[in-house]
Amino acid sequence: MGVRSWFEGWPVYRQLTGTDPLGRGAAAKSDGSRALTARTDTADSMARSVCPYCAVGCGQRVFVKDGQVSQIEGDPDSPISRGRLCPKGAASKSLVTSPLRQTMVRYRRPYGTEWEDLDLDTALNMIADRVLAARDETWEDVDAEGRPLNRTLGISSLGGATLDNEENYLIKKLFTAMGALQIENQARI
Amino acid sequence: MAEAHPVGFQWVMEAKRRGAKVFHVDPRFTRTSALADSYLPIRAGTDIALLGGVVRYILDNELDFREYVVAYTNAATIVTEEYADTEDMHGLFSGFNDDNATYDQASWRYEGHSQNRTTRDSETQRETAAGLENESHGAPVGGETERDETLQHPRCVYQILKRHFARYTPEMVERVCGIPQEKFFELARAWTENSGRDRTGMLVYSVGWTQHSVGVQYIRTGAIIQLLLGNVGRPGGGVMALRGHASIQGSTDIPTLFNLLPGYLPMPHHANHPTLDEWVNSIAHPGQKGFWGNARTYGVNLLKAYWGDAATADNDYCYGYMPRMTGDHGTYQQVLDMIDGKIKGYFLLGQNPAVGSAHGRAQRLGMANLDWLVVRDLFMIESATFWQNAPEIETGEIVPERCRTEVFFLPAASHVEKEGTFTQTQRLLQWREKAVEPPGDARSELWFFYHLGRVIRERLATSTKPRDRALLDLAWDYPTHGPTAEPSAEAVLREINGYDVATGRPLASFTEMKDDGTTVGGCWIYTGVYADGVNQAARRKPGSEQSLVAPEWGWAWPANRRILYNRASADPDGNPWSERKRYVWWDADKSEWTGYDVPDFEKTKPPSYRPAHDASGVAGIAGDDPFILQGDGKGWLYAPTGVLDGPMPTHYEPVESPVRNPLYRQQANPTRKVYTHPINTLNPSPPQEHSQVFPYVFTVSRLTEHHTAGGMSRTVSPLAELQPEMFVEVSPELAALRGLSHLGWAHLVTSRAAVEAKVLVTDRVTPLRVDGRIIHQLWLPYHFGYEGLVTGDSANDLFGITLDPNVLIQESKVGTCDVRPGPRPRGQDLVDLVIDYRRRSGNLVHRYPPMVTTDVADSSSDQEA
Ligand code: SF4
Repeated sequence: MGVRSWFEGWPVYRQLTGTDPLGRGAAAKSDGSRALTARTDTADSMARSVCPYCAVGCGQRVFVKDGQVSQIEGDPDSPISRGRLCPKGAASKSLVTSPLRQTMVRYRRPYGTEWEDLDLDTALNMIADRVLAARDETWEDVDAEGRPLNRTLGISSLGGATLDNEENYLIKKLFTAMGALQIENQARI
Repeated sequence: MAEAHPVGFQWVMEAKRRGAKVFHVDPRFTRTSALADSYLPIRAGTDIALLGGVVRYILDNELDFREYVVAYTNAATIVTEEYADTEDMHGLFSGFNDDNATYDQASWRYEGHSQNRTTRDSETQRETAAGLENESHGAPVGGETERDETLQHPRCVYQILKRHFARYTPEMVERVCGIPQEKFFELARAWTENSGRDRTGMLVYSVGWTQHSVGVQYIRTGAIIQLLLGNVGRPGGGVMALRGHASIQGSTDIPTLFNLLPGYLPMPHHANHPTLDEWVNSIAHPGQKGFWGNARTYGVNLLKAYWGDAATADNDYCYGYMPRMTGDHGTYQQVLDMIDGKIKGYFLLGQNPAVGSAHGRAQRLGMANLDWLVVRDLFMIESATFWQNAPEIETGEIVPERCRTEVFFLPAASHVEKEGTFTQTQRLLQWREKAVEPPGDARSELWFFYHLGRVIRERLATSTKPRDRALLDLAWDYPTHGPTAEPSAEAVLREINGYDVATGRPLASFTEMKDDGTTVGGCWIYTGVYADGVNQAARRKPGSEQSLVAPEWGWAWPANRRILYNRASADPDGNPWSERKRYVWWDADKSEWTGYDVPDFEKTKPPSYRPAHDASGVAGIAGDDPFILQGDGKGWLYAPTGVLDGPMPTHYEPVESPVRNPLYRQQANPTRKVYTHPINTLNPSPPQEHSQVFPYVFTVSRLTEHHTAGGMSRTVSPLAELQPEMFVEVSPELAALRGLSHLGWAHLVTSRAAVEAKVLVTDRVTPLRVDGRIIHQLWLPYHFGYEGLVTGDSANDLFGITLDPNVLIQESKVGTCDVRPGPRPRGQDLVDLVIDYRRRSGNLVHRYPPMVTTDVADSSSDQEA
């Protein structure tokens, strides 16, 4: 390494002589950082998405590498958010990749003191059994005057504001056909 | 707004940069206050008094936008002689019925109107949260109205409003809210000066307004001001609700709510809606004006979407399959029923009531008394582990070995692991593309409910029971794809949009819907989102390449209109009120409405159009009536029907208040929804005795770094690190008074619970002088619980359960408490502490605050007494 290149490697020199007087970009780079590329550049794909937290609805770009979410950034195209995200939206990658996320079905039997494993298909079938049993046990055909009721008050459901419209639609459709009335979500609170 | 909706707040800052003046009213100084031009601290629960003061200021000084008010609101409409105001009745309106604490709304009606007989009685309306149906349209009024456009008739709405708010003087605002008069004048002046032809003002609120026993009336008061000032339907105007979840608007439009069906159609009621005709007529009110005249069409399209080919004209489109309400089936009634052992199974879908709902202990004890519970979430939330880690384990109220609830935890897919639409707070639908597959057993709700329905229908395939027909006839054949057989969200969206049965062509607008079964549509207000077979919600034309309205980003209901009632942005003749506020106007050459937005009006109906005398439905709306979903086409300063606690807002104290109502003898909302149940103990309030046992006011809200009950933030390390601990903000004065030290522990006590928190002594909360004495307020975040990376006591445990009568939302933004230094006691000592407080406040045998207090005169209330 010659003196000149040594000198030019010194950030203060580049800051004073180059195009970056505040030393926040090119002047501050080292050999190491010069070789870095943004995760967004090397992503295999990008999905246009929306922040899952509040109802401002900030646009997100979700970058994927090797089948994993590698970065989530604000979408500069969004006329709502113009690329910005707040601390929550900016933590979305940590949300979806959190080590605390549960990825397997857990089961606690009545009077149990520990969680147990359960197969998803078995769980789905057990839940279907219980729904049908609760419905049969609590079914109301008509009121005292013989007017139709067609319902069960033995089943409740809560939640929907974090879910998609299409999901809320199917939830309400199925429960209504089942006669389950007691369907509520965060909008009530 | 800067705290809880930070990216939305950039537009407030943008407006400020261009000269807008920003006012912030909050019990606590926040980041919003720091950036506002003026900050008004307020006693929690007194906003109607403040806003009522602004209404009085406008009317007394005749600062209303008169042309707008006369033409577009019901100011000129004359009300029946039978109406009597709170002025004459110590804070009650005419028609109050002591037996069931409801109003007969008949005397509130417009002169010449007959009361609509298809409307449910007030008690049924309260039980079924009927106010929610008005999210998209006004309550019905029938026939012609009498008007006096000089606004001088003593019974015209303008004069009634003036009398009603006469006592909301600046002195009274100061006495009730603790806001100094000069601060009040600053706000009132700025608001009125910034409204008119050339300027508009916007009002922004959030759950700080809705979570009250008078929450709907808070928003009504804001709407009255905005209508008086001509700030509705115009750019830069409006009453803007900031909602807290990504698709809470969507889950109200396509409701997972007990009393609604998609598009704000009411869930049928056993007595009022036994047949299809009675159901649709109760919505359309034959003879009624406005778009709701087509209710039969919307109802039939929904039934066709639900039951497909089985739904025919001959069987009333399977209306008979619909379950029927008999009363209140809301979440709080459910929780009390769980405690009483009436409910067997419970699904939790991304909601965490153990932390997020009022009276956490009631929530957890309810869940501990089920046969089974299904929790679908990303994380192991408190509501899944109550049997293991709830605070009631320590007190012995829940014992795992004796708790019978069978719990299924099913991992959910995150927002990047599925596709579908969210509807954000401005009614804008945005489609999300799927980025990756969900991990392990994680699945979307779409997957879970589709396959649950499939399995159930398979089980019942040979059933001959009549009750199973509704499931077996259900249109449930959605295409699936991929290794997990994920249903197609786009197919569901297409059904929501609606299509022509014969050709399958997606409908472009709800005006294409037919009431004869030839079209299908799952949610009429969303029709158009799949127009031309294109997913309009997926549109992503960059904002920088569009006008400010950005009509090609996503899709807004209805019909991609970005500002509702935007006909009001033009004057009665159809011209812009001013160049500066030009938005939608009548193009006389082309004979149509045009502008920057989709006109919220029939495109070719000229401003001069006047309906025939007996016209109904859309034809009954005149060319200068912008409020096309209101029965009279007008913005309502006065609600002649449909708002259960009065035609105009009235300041009532919160159910738990240390203060006797300074405005009227009537203390609290006389029509509030009360649950009498052993677990629902309430702190006493004046004029009851012993209210001094709970001398302080507390309120709760959000931190920027956390989200609601914490299930999506206390589990995420960067967010947990930023706000790692439960704390309470107290003023230096209160800290000195109660011996609380900065960074030390304190605990708050109510007749439900004691909750501990680290003390933050700060000027952000300030003691207020109210009615001649000092009121101290405390503030807490409500995000904490016993699971996640960071834990702490839950602030919502402190609240009892009392609801707004219109929409059954709980009062959880204000309560009374005591505060003591140190951590709270543990185990039995904790139970004893709360019991001791209840004993000292005389509440060991339940004594609910009286509904009506007009017979109790005292010096601090009721100027006339
Ligand atoms: S980034 Fe922040 S402001 Fe934007 S939607 Fe998400 S939570 Fe709301």
